[in-house]
Amino acid sequence: MTQTQEQIRETPLETVDLRHEFADLGIGAVLDQLDSELIGLKPVKTRIREIASLLLVERIRQKMALATTFPTLHMSFTGNPGTGKTTVALRMAGILHRLGFVRRGHVISVTRDDLVGQYIGHTAPKTKEILKKAMGGVLFIDEAYYLYRPENERDYGQEAIEILLQVMEQQREDLVVILAGYGDRMEKFFQSNPGFRSRIAHHIDFPDYSDAELLWIAELMLQQQNYRFSPEAREAFIRYIAARKVQPLFSNARSIRNALDRIRLRQANRIVAKLDRTLSADDVMSIEAGDVLASRVFTKGAGAAGEGR
Amino acid sequence: MRMTQGCFSFLPDLTDEQIAAQVQYCLDKGWAVNIEFTDDPHPRNTYWEMWGLPMFDLRDAAGIMKELADCRRVYGDRYVRISGFDSSHGWESVRISFIVNRPREEPGFRLDRQESVGRNIRYSTHAYAATRPEGERYADQ
Ligand SMILES: Nc1ncnc2c1ncn2[C@@H]1O[C@H](COP(=O)(O)OP(=O)(O)OP(=O)(O)O)[C@@H](O)[C@H]1O
Ligand SMILES: [Mg+2]
Repeated sequence: MTQTQEQIRETPLETVDLRHEFADLGIGAVLDQLDSELIGLKPVKTRIREIASLLLVERIRQKMALATTFPTLHMSFTGNPGTGKTTVALRMAGILHRLGFVRRGHVISVTRDDLVGQYIGHTAPKTKEILKKAMGGVLFIDEAYYLYRPENERDYGQEAIEILLQVMEQQREDLVVILAGYGDRMEKFFQSNPGFRSRIAHHIDFPDYSDAELLWIAELMLQQQNYRFSPEAREAFIRYIAARKVQPLFSNARSIRNALDRIRLRQANRIVAKLDRTLSADDVMSIEAGDVLASRVFTKGAGAAGEGR
Repeated sequence: MRMTQGCFSFLPDLTDEQIAAQVQYCLDKGWAVNIEFTDDPHPRNTYWEMWGLPMFDLRDAAGIMKELADCRRVYGDRYVRISGFDSSHGWESVRISFIVNRPREEPGFRLDRQESVGRNIRYSTHAYAATRPEGERYADQ
């Protein structure tokens, strides 16, 4: 009896209603959300749509009993700091989960220190512990090139790399690995670790944001926190972006987030400085030009140090 | 004689797929999952050894199934069980425990009867396997 039931279940489908399949999985919604919540990143969004389509078709092929092997889904995200790699990795996990290519859809985000130990015999259990946690989801390894230290031939990173490579090959159905880091260093890393390159199916490059995109990102972030620029403050922030960009340690959207945090601090200071008055919602939501212009970014020339105050 | 202990032990041995489903159930409940092994099959033997540490904060059974495979590779000739420990207040105890590996041949138990004062009888069970030293009990299988 069970035999016939199994036969029925395993009978390949001959036709699949594509729209139905697409709607059923709800990936349209995830992709639209990606479009609306993330500013810019055109090439990234295009690649993610392509991957989603590929996986949708793969899923349908599986239902028709056409696919032979589980697709390789490991990815590498390259780009400068603050270009949205971590953010997109989180979304990617959601997409893979909806399409049924990872079972749980959580993301475990790690760096070298989480994987590599301090003494002999420390690395393997550490790496395996992380892998166990990531099973059924996505393992996101930030700045992956730090795993490999060619200058030190007894570096324990190599041990972690070997365990990772083995799991990436043998447990493709249990875990998707996303490596992230800056483009040139990732390139070098792949050159010295061809095993990684051959196991990675999708390389996605994250471009820097333009000034206009950075302004949009700022306005989106403010809106999410129920703040807004006054027209003069907006003008001032446009100048802020131009000035900040040419200073060292600029990290795209993250610098914007940090700048907004400091601007909110100055706004609060300004408000509290005059205690004898009644405040409207408008007063506490509004960022004024002065809040922006007090930044040290305007007084320092190009080339001065650090995340300016 | 087939040893029966814990959950499901009157059923046929669980397949790996069934074990994974039970482990997933434990994880979904937030229980810590343990792998233990022994070659002393006595029902009152509470000194099973742990394979690694208790596993918690995991989302998916795959990692535990990998550990089980590793444990079987080393101790495939012994009893292995999986248990789920619930640390939540008021429970703080093992909620499930089931056998996931057993020796190929299980010689079973001898029942000793000791006549004592009056017409009382004291019983004790003695595992035939336990006459041999630990580690060698099922070695020739
Ligand atoms: N396109 C975007 N639209 C809106 N917010 C963004 C966008 N890209 C990045 N951000 C925001 O910028 C911040 C930094 O992004 P994220 O952490 O993803 O960058 P990253 O590329 O991982 O940086 P790093 O390489 O330094 O780790 C986050 O707070 C994120 O919400
Ligand atoms: Mg990041």
